[in-house]
Amino acid sequence: MLTGAHFMNGDVAAAEGAIAAGCRFFAGYPITPATEVAERMAERLPEVNGRYIQMEDEIASMAAILGASSAGMKSMTSTSGPGFSLMMENIGLGVMMEIPCVVVDVQRGGPSTGLPTLVAQQDMMQARWGSHGDYALVAYCPNSPQEMFDLAIMAFNTSERYRIPVLLMADESIGHMTEKVTIPDKDTIALITRKKPTVPPEQYIPFKPDEDLIPPMAMAGEGYSVRMTGLTHDEFGRPAINLETQAKLIPRLTEKIRSHADEIAMFEETSVDDADVVVVAYGITSRCMRRSVELARKEGVKAGLFRLITAWPFPEKRIRELATRIKGFVVPEINLGQMVYEVERVVAGQVPVRAVTYHGGGLPDPDLTLKAIQDVLK
Amino acid sequence: MSSTFVDKLDGLEDIHPQDKWLRTDMLPHIWCPGCGLGIVLNAYIKAAEKMQIPREKRVVVSGIGCSGRAAGYLNQDSFHTTHGRAVAFATGIKVARPDLNVTVLSGDGDLFAIGGNHFIHAARRNMDIKVICVNNFNYGMTGGQGGPTTPVGAKTSTTPYGCFEHPFNLPWLAATCGAVYVARWTTLDSRRLRDSIAEALTKKGFAFVEVISPCPVGYGRPNKIGSGLDEMKMYMDKWDLRPPNWITEEGSNPRDADISLGKPIVVGKFVDIERPTFLDLYWSILPHKEEKPLNEVEKKQVAGAKA
Repeated sequence: MLTGAHFMNGDVAAAEGAIAAGCRFFAGYPITPATEVAERMAERLPEVNGRYIQMEDEIASMAAILGASSAGMKSMTSTSGPGFSLMMENIGLGVMMEIPCVVVDVQRGGPSTGLPTLVAQQDMMQARWGSHGDYALVAYCPNSPQEMFDLAIMAFNTSERYRIPVLLMADESIGHMTEKVTIPDKDTIALITRKKPTVPPEQYIPFKPDEDLIPPMAMAGEGYSVRMTGLTHDEFGRPAINLETQAKLIPRLTEKIRSHADEIAMFEETSVDDADVVVVAYGITSRCMRRSVELARKEGVKAGLFRLITAWPFPEKRIRELATRIKGFVVPEINLGQMVYEVERVVAGQVPVRAVTYHGGGLPDPDLTLKAIQDVLK
Repeated sequence: MSSTFVDKLDGLEDIHPQDKWLRTDMLPHIWCPGCGLGIVLNAYIKAAEKMQIPREKRVVVSGIGCSGRAAGYLNQDSFHTTHGRAVAFATGIKVARPDLNVTVLSGDGDLFAIGGNHFIHAARRNMDIKVICVNNFNYGMTGGQGGPTTPVGAKTSTTPYGCFEHPFNLPWLAATCGAVYVARWTTLDSRRLRDSIAEALTKKGFAFVEVISPCPVGYGRPNKIGSGLDEMKMYMDKWDLRPPNWITEEGSNPRDADISLGKPIVVGKFVDIERPTFLDLYWSILPHKEEKPLNEVEKKQVAGAKA
């Protein structure tokens, strides 16, 4: 295991974070700008008795990590926009079968093939709603290589704790940015692993949740006759295509995240305490907007920066509090407006919310956000 | 609270010898009268029993469709995955747990239309999984549409004037992609099928068994074949079934095993060869620094690969 200070890019840091989190299976498919995650895993996993496999596409990659995780190995894949779209169906299967896994999406400009080598943050709503049906999952937004490492570990812990696919929603700039990454001693990294059944196989009911709404998980090959299906299923894992079973299962899958949303949600505030205007940003944009806030402060406008660390669940409790006392929100993103809809939903018209949109392909201009900070007060 | 299938097990064991391998709480199954899937499921159970593969080492993965439901009827580890993705899911299980006996049991549309890419790549890698394809020439679950195995001229709900696409020759496809074991049987050959699946289950590497299976509702009705039994009779008579192992005895090639209306259905074992598996190459080529000690199974694999 690596420890100490290293100079590495965000993609490599995500791979190292995964290994530190106990990930021992990676299935992937080359795609810019996420390929370095796969390359690092291909090099490093054999060194830690892990398994790397390059699959035939992203659909297969996602299916393979679900298979490996259901057989007991902490598993990850990484991709970017087009591959992320291909993974959506099996992300839904992971939700339905409640299989822990981590997906890294290093976002690039779209739609379609778009801008393979250039930055965007256009997959944020797809991260939340991209697979069909109702579900909830968790998505982190790292803004540095160090956070790629730290949040990869967090992503694994959250996926194991809640038995869900967890998304690491990076962007090309963070993925390809090279900075100092400090890897702590192995013993100091707190790891969570999935709950296992405490009863013998004949008493095991695979989808009977505990009080926290999460059922203990038996793995393939442990003698528990695990039965999993993507169909709506009862607590025994039996397909049951009826209203009653759907009414029991689907709300639980969502509620197991919603009821823990405050515990899961993460954010970081800079100069927010006395702020009149709060800039809500994430990923590389949050770094660019430090300048907007500084410039605004120099001009005498009390601006602050609220950085989303989880996009999903959205930290709505804190945004709702802020909405009662500040004068306006500004939401810059490298897309034509995605997370701003969440801010608007939570603020619910109490104060103005201004989107500052960027089409992708380059970093957002802090001056445009500065202008929006001034405008929102008018 | 204990699960119902275990509660029922004692009472039902005498009723049918296969009950202990089935989740009897799932019965009756959803398959139509005359369907061949029960024969295939039975053949898998008997084959695994014959080869003494312990229950806790058996995994069946299936995709979507009538065949997809087979996994859920087995009282063992079973995964009913998304349409076409069973092979990729099974690949993950096998690579994570090489000691498990992983079988994909699915249909022709699932494995070769939407899932075709995964099949050919798993065969190329010689991934140590077994694929049993129940080929009924149509999409049964959705009501009898044409698919990648529908013979030219055959009628389905989406080929009302007769199918105008060439179908796959599955044994040839599997053989050319690198499968180390390839066989085809019909549900009429239930014992040969059982024995062939038994061979496949213990064959190291990517093993493929195609089973031609009646679908009286989706395929038999539009083609005026009649009941499931009539379709099996047709395998024997009208379609001029060759003797078992015809192809291997004659030294023939799976290239000649294509299926077209009115012509014989060639059955037999086409391929039975040795080739290093994905994990053989993985263990022999990659460095293992053994930060975490290898378990006994992994040690054996490394030793085997180096030998």
